[in-house]
Amino acid sequence: MRDSLAQLTLVRFREFFREPDAVFWTFAFPILLASGLGIAFRHRPPELLHVGVRVPAGATAAPPLLAALRGDHRLTVETIDDTAAASALRTGRIALLIVPSADTGAGGRVEYQYDEARTEARTARLIVDDAIQSTGGRRDPVAIGERLVSEPGSRYIDFVVPGLLAMNLMGSGIWGLGFSIVDARRRKLLKRLVATPMSRAEYLASFLISRLGILVLEVLLLLGFARFVFGVPMRGGVLQLTAICLVSALAFGGVGLLIATRARTTEAVNGLMNLVMLPMWIFSGVFFASSNFPAAFQPFIRALPLTAVVNALRLTMLQGAGWHAVAPEMAIAAAWAVGSFAVALRIFRWR
Amino acid sequence: MTSAPALSVRGLRKAYGEVVAVDGLDLDVPAGECFGLLGPNGAGKTTTVEICEGLVDPDGGEVEILGRHWSSNARAIRERIGIALQETQLSDKLTVSETLRLFRSFYPKGRLVEDVIAIVQLEEKRGARVGGLSGGQKQRLAVACALVGDPELLFLDEPTTGLDPQARRQMWELVEQFKATGRTVVLTTHYMEEAERLCERVAIVDRGRIIALGTPRELIRSLGAEHVVEFAGGTGAAGLDASTLGALDGVSGARTDNGAWQLQVTEVHRAIPALLHHLAHRQVELLELRTHSATLEDVFVSLTGRHLRDA
Repeated sequence: MRDSLAQLTLVRFREFFREPDAVFWTFAFPILLASGLGIAFRHRPPELLHVGVRVPAGATAAPPLLAALRGDHRLTVETIDDTAAASALRTGRIALLIVPSADTGAGGRVEYQYDEARTEARTARLIVDDAIQSTGGRRDPVAIGERLVSEPGSRYIDFVVPGLLAMNLMGSGIWGLGFSIVDARRRKLLKRLVATPMSRAEYLASFLISRLGILVLEVLLLLGFARFVFGVPMRGGVLQLTAICLVSALAFGGVGLLIATRARTTEAVNGLMNLVMLPMWIFSGVFFASSNFPAAFQPFIRALPLTAVVNALRLTMLQGAGWHAVAPEMAIAAAWAVGSFAVALRIFRWR
Repeated sequence: MTSAPALSVRGLRKAYGEVVAVDGLDLDVPAGECFGLLGPNGAGKTTTVEICEGLVDPDGGEVEILGRHWSSNARAIRERIGIALQETQLSDKLTVSETLRLFRSFYPKGRLVEDVIAIVQLEEKRGARVGGLSGGQKQRLAVACALVGDPELLFLDEPTTGLDPQARRQMWELVEQFKATGRTVVLTTHYMEEAERLCERVAIVDRGRIIALGTPRELIRSLGAEHVVEFAGGTGAAGLDASTLGALDGVSGARTDNGAWQLQVTEVHRAIPALLHHLAHRQVELLELRTHSATLEDVFVSLTGRHLRDA
């Protein structure tokens, strides 16, 4: 490496590691966020549904019905009288009220009272009905086998870690270039450097090289933490993950450079960076699936670089998808990298 | 010293919108000379220097530096000139020696970083962060960044503005050391003292043009007076007039500025008695009387009717 490029790159690393704030937001913050989300959404045993069986005051409920419900491990059951029943249902303390008619017995009649708009009420209805009917002697025509699945890869923490990684790559890429360059311009340092025989290409290259170096640390720290603490899987190829990270660093670095091309003050560049990053934080599916947004938004959302990187990382880490599966996403990110650099270099203000 | 000028400027023009910053300016600085551009803030000094440094494109005119032109030989020029801009803030988080190593790496040949640190007397601060340096130390570091490429031509834009007198004197010694190696310096300043001490020749710049050019001695002599007597009068002073005062013994000219009078004086020992006699005769109360050797400031005042500092 030429001495000037080496010196410029060293300067980038020094400036980064001597800024405690930058180090915190780049390395510690994503890990704290992952811990918080991992703990908040940790795996709990399935919740029991609470249902009530109405009994007239002084009477006893039909024993087979109550026994059948209590025998189902998905339910907790209480007996409840007329007046209490209405308020329990209204406040949601019980999901479903079972009203056996007076002449209960074989061939008897049962009424379910519930709010159809509530998911757990509908679930309770299915479970209660299943318990009552099968105890009553219903024979299922189709034999059902069940195998319960709960493994790493399908939990919220698994979903969110690739999102956090992508968000971090975006943040540090855009900040790393955008803010540093505008700050150098504001200080007239850029002007001073341009007055030397310094190669402008090497100046910009030093930002990219240092970005890639910091990126290795960022990725290793966050993914290592997620793996050892939460057991977040890494099913795809490491080479493929590396390639995705590289392309995304270039894409976000390019966007950062583009943001920094003209701005003269750090206030202006802060505003621009937020303007660019905010829509991606919201739309790109970092914290929840971007498919929740209306269909009309989807082409726009898919074209965002953060969406592409989030999707490529999830496909690779969680599904173990191969190169061909992430190719479209990588093409989108690469297009951002090429496009933003081409425009930025054309309109860059060196003074 | 070679005969080719280190810097030659012809018909330089630059306007920012309606404001004409440089208005047809010519300069010739022979190699080995320390040349000063002297003028008030906004006179066009910085724009002129930044055009010479290749940082601003002129609207018209030509610049030749060390026999080369910016259009065809920019890199070669940059390798041979050193620059200290008016207000560069070097990176606060780097140390003095890291900053200089960075600048040194841009030049194919230059001086040892340690040598330059010694020249600017920052040995004790070589491991200190730039953010913790004083104003004078920062300014010396800025000059060190200009020296590290071993330039033949050094541009210093207001090198001592905002420095305390001691830091200013250190900076002057630095420039004098560089001059002693026989190389060329172009500096801008609005301190006369600085121009008189450092510069072989001075161009007084006002409104984008050179209004006087010569050695500090020549310029002062062009006043036709070696000394300046300033006085302010109380009651009765309103009746004084410039032509009478200017005709006093030993006085070559007189002007007034808000009731403060300034006399250009060839012979102080004759002018003062004449002045006192005149004031006593006119029954003018004397509130203030000062005399000093004529400076470039007086030259500027006599040329423009304004003071350098508040022009």
